[in-house]
Amino acid sequence: MSTGFIAEYSGEIGTLTVEHLWLTGAAMLFATAVAVPIGVWLTRAPRWAKPVIGIANVLQTIPSLAMFGFLLPLPWLGERAARIAILALTAYALLPILRNTYAGIRGIDPSVIEVAHALGLTDVQRLFKVELPLAASFILAGLRTATVTCIGIATIAAAVGAGGLGELIFRGVASVDNRLVLAGAIPAALLALAADALLGLLERWFKVPA
Amino acid sequence: MSAAIEFRNVTVTTPQERCLLRGISLAVEKGTATVLLGRSGSGKTTLLRTVNRMVTPSSGNVLVDGEPIARADLIALRRGIGYVIQETGLFPHFTVARNTGLVLEAKGCAFDERSRRIAEMLSAVGLEPATFADRFPHQLSGGQRQRVGLARALAADPKILLMDEPFGALDPLTRGEMQQMLRDLLGRLRKTVLLVTHDLDEALYLGDRIVLLADGAVVADLGRDEFLASDLPVVEEYVRAFHRGERNAESARAH
Repeated sequence: MSTGFIAEYSGEIGTLTVEHLWLTGAAMLFATAVAVPIGVWLTRAPRWAKPVIGIANVLQTIPSLAMFGFLLPLPWLGERAARIAILALTAYALLPILRNTYAGIRGIDPSVIEVAHALGLTDVQRLFKVELPLAASFILAGLRTATVTCIGIATIAAAVGAGGLGELIFRGVASVDNRLVLAGAIPAALLALAADALLGLLERWFKVPA
Repeated sequence: MSAAIEFRNVTVTTPQERCLLRGISLAVEKGTATVLLGRSGSGKTTLLRTVNRMVTPSSGNVLVDGEPIARADLIALRRGIGYVIQETGLFPHFTVARNTGLVLEAKGCAFDERSRRIAEMLSAVGLEPATFADRFPHQLSGGQRQRVGLARALAADPKILLMDEPFGALDPLTRGEMQQMLRDLLGRLRKTVLLVTHDLDEALYLGDRIVLLADGAVVADLGRDEFLASDLPVVEEYVRAFHRGERNAESARAH
């Protein structure tokens, strides 16, 4: 890749990277806000765990290009491509976060939970002082999987005009210019690696020694 | 004066229709240590757990200080009863100090008062606060963990202390030390204690009174000194079986 090329596109790559981060970041926030409470609720009502996790599983099997396409004709959502992209990415991120929240809390040593009850902690105290802190590294591991996956999927969002690094890739494919494809793909891969490393650090930070 | 704990015809049946307790009636006097002795599956742990409503009787009543606990506020009831189990159930993400003060923290007790009480309780169970307060459970030995479990149970100054095989997972030497420490401590604090064990020696060492359970029913209810002298067949049989088990364990160790 020549220095001329990089100089020409560096501004655009920067803007699109920020856009890419915004799409993925917003989706992760929404997904966490939805999946963690549902995961907690499932630990209280385990008979719903299978059907609810099943639904999240099905969502994840929808091919991403099809998912963006499905959402396109919907009112309000269809007006702004970014809305579609964020909703679709949120849907993909639900499963890993939901599953890990549920499994993380269910996996806590039963004697610890028993004592939390026996000491007279309220439900809210048990959740915030015991269950969520002990499941935190699990939940973060789910968030990490979701983030890395969604940074990849977000490149497809350019197909519906939501922007992000996919735009360079699509333009590169259309004009048979591999430099453009790489100008989108390399920063996207680097973003995924950086997110993986950062969340991995956070995950270890919250890990509770046994 | 009403008893500290009273069981009135307490029956517990599982949803699968298995009867765990069959109409147990028993009164535990204030400030005494009562041991629930019995083999695995005799119902002793289930009986213990009805006191803090970890188990709800299918019929019958449990009264604490003369009040039926079925009507009591569950959170307040549990905060007023210390609870120690074999697995300790220490919170692995909290330091020794925070574990010890958790009930006080949950009650909203001020930090200074809490810290003072934590130091006091850790000293009482033989852990130097300056050395141990900031450690985490995984940095402690089994015996030290059990001491923290005891300090935690006592920190909110409950009138009743429930202990379920508290020293069952410890090696014999540590267990002996812990039993001695507990006896000294109880001698000073005069709590009402209900202790579950299958260990006859522990029962005789710690209990003022020994209640022998078999198959969900009380088969003997005797003072400590009466127990060994008793010629009740169920008691004699338990004592023999216990010593046989001890000897077997010893010869297994010797080989």
